Amino acid sequence: MGYKQYILVCGGTACESNQGIALFNALKKAVEENGLVNDVQVVRTGCLGFCEKGPIVKILPQDTFYVEVKPEDAPVIIKEHLVKGRVVSRLLYDKSQSKINVGIEGIDFYQKQFRIVLRNCGVIDPDKIDEYIARDGYKALEKSLFEMKPQDVIDEVSKSGLRGRGGAGFPTGKKWSFAAMQPAGQKYMVCNADEGDPGAYMDRSTLEGDPHSVLEAMTIAGYAIGADKGFIYIRAEYPLAIQRLETAIAQSREYGLLGKNILGSGFSFDIEIRLGAGAFVCGEETALIASIEGKRGMPSPRPPFPAVKGLWGRPTVINNVETLANIPVILLKGSLWFSKIGTATSKGTKVFALTGKINNSGLIEVPMGTTLREIIFDIGGGIRNGKVFKAAQTGGPSGGMIPPQFLDIPIDYENLGKIGSIMGSGGLIVMDEDDCIPDIAKFYLDFTVDESCGKCAPCRIGGRKLLNYLDKICQGEGSDEDIENMKEISEAMARASLCGLGQTASNPVQSSLRYFMDEYKEHIDSKKCRAGKCKNLLCYSIDAAKCVGCTACARVCPVTAITGERKQPHTIDQAKCIKCGQCFEVCKFHAVNRA
Amino acid sequence: MAKLTLDDLRKLRDQKQKAMEKRDPSNKDAQVIVGMGTCGIAAGAKETFNAIIDELDAKGITHVLVRQTGCMGLCHSEPTVEVIVPNMPVVIYGNVDAETGRKIVDNHIINKQLIDNHICDKPAMDIVR
Repeated sequence: MGYKQYILVCGGTACESNQGIALFNALKKAVEENGLVNDVQVVRTGCLGFCEKGPIVKILPQDTFYVEVKPEDAPVIIKEHLVKGRVVSRLLYDKSQSKINVGIEGIDFYQKQFRIVLRNCGVIDPDKIDEYIARDGYKALEKSLFEMKPQDVIDEVSKSGLRGRGGAGFPTGKKWSFAAMQPAGQKYMVCNADEGDPGAYMDRSTLEGDPHSVLEAMTIAGYAIGADKGFIYIRAEYPLAIQRLETAIAQSREYGLLGKNILGSGFSFDIEIRLGAGAFVCGEETALIASIEGKRGMPSPRPPFPAVKGLWGRPTVINNVETLANIPVILLKGSLWFSKIGTATSKGTKVFALTGKINNSGLIEVPMGTTLREIIFDIGGGIRNGKVFKAAQTGGPSGGMIPPQFLDIPIDYENLGKIGSIMGSGGLIVMDEDDCIPDIAKFYLDFTVDESCGKCAPCRIGGRKLLNYLDKICQGEGSDEDIENMKEISEAMARASLCGLGQTASNPVQSSLRYFMDEYKEHIDSKKCRAGKCKNLLCYSIDAAKCVGCTACARVCPVTAITGERKQPHTIDQAKCIKCGQCFEVCKFHAVNRA
Repeated sequence: MAKLTLDDLRKLRDQKQKAMEKRDPSNKDAQVIVGMGTCGIAAGAKETFNAIIDELDAKGITHVLVRQTGCMGLCHSEPTVEVIVPNMPVVIYGNVDAETGRKIVDNHIINKQLIDNHICDKPAMDIVR
């Protein structure tokens, strides 16, 4: 009983539409013809990624990866590979074709992802400290406490080139050294887990999947800067992450990996959780500090920077979850290993929460320098329902919209800045032809206006004004003057706002004005919304010549605006129509026009 | 458990590493690992988890350890389940509802057959191993 080999055939939509089913049948037939039915199982799989090179065939247990396989290749694969054990080299993926050039040597890169931060996510049981320890957990802490001086730890982190993954990209080693330089006394180490971008869940997943990596890193950071107390600031909306953190902290204390005299080293450090109410602005350092102190979560001008005067006026380092999760690996594998991954200015990997109009949404980690095209089309499996890619938004509401012409630039902090976006914390939302650019900009502004704390005028008033203009444009009542005003306000907000929220809130507007002006102009001049999203600019009507009177539209209309006899052309009462578009979606005869 | 010393921690790591390598904790030679992040649970991972345990009990199988883990990153295919059975390739299944969970027990674990249309690729190689 039991097969010796398995042939996996990708059954993803992209591969299936590319003769994937014929290939599957051809492989099955070839297996039968060669009398291998009891030895080889042919299995259809979900999308294996890498759709550009589909259809994909994978042979297990050898893990051979064949690309662009045609049904005609099936007999060859069976006769050569499975019968004679010879790999069909012409179908192998040629690594030299890979566009990825990120300095990782000797790694088979067909998978594109490289997991440092997520090394344990989906591998260990997050509720079991022993499993974390088994995977080299707390080994970096051990090394720091017993083989390195605090300054050595800071030097190693500095040399690695690690930059803050919360969005701004400030060098982590530098931040630590600022705090370390302050005179000895009470200092604090804070983990910023106040992830709030719409569509982002990198930090939540890291904390849920591998809480100890963050605890270990915080303890190491505490040792490096001379802090004996740490706080994890996390939003109450993340109950599972909080629960797993609480379990992890309790286990670490029991093992003496937190608390007094850790592992007998003489160093003491403990961590408490502080729950936030889920305000976006509290992800900003100074607002976060205010919130932990029990004050209203509003930012204050910097300097003084938290590393000098932070929590309760004491030197405080605040690092994001993802930044911290890198630390143990950097210390174990060395700064040199880490600094070889990525681009000249941005080292290591970046975790993205890939969402939107994409086939394979998910949590991914790629080396810095990977292109958007690789992320969206190879890892993400392309755009859903075969639609056309329009834009990608990095950095959530603080980022910009990236148009198709930049699909091939290597992603790092500098490149994203150059094209008017930011790295941000890692939300990556993909938009297709059905998304209306002014409408998306309105969505983000709606969010930032809602989340603005109101302390400074540029953000409070500017954001509201931008939102009003966008609303006007989407209603079909915009003017060219509005565009000019929006540009001016955007710039003022970016320059004069007190904190990062206001400084970046206009990014979606600025970037979309830069790259998608034609869509704005269309809304203003022609009163048209090409994506069919702006209801005021739409009119649905039924083409009497095409309508067969099937009544499908009338049945689906929520406001009974559609009337007509069976088998007779129907009509839409424009006064009643709420432009929901359901008739358009349901009509099989393309008789409903949308203009 | 008393607080660890440095030696204790090293011993514990060695011991646990061996256990994980052998994939043989408490005399079980196969493992079913269910992704139980928020995404997995929202997609029904708890029902899947229970169905797998229920089916294993119903078929009287005792050599399989059922574990939980965090998000594997394949959010488009939640719930996800990794299956490790000796002499078979390690496979990650996606979109595993309770019924597919039972199939994993019946087809994969008992009959040693992979299940159609549910296999996902491992997202990345392991940097720790």
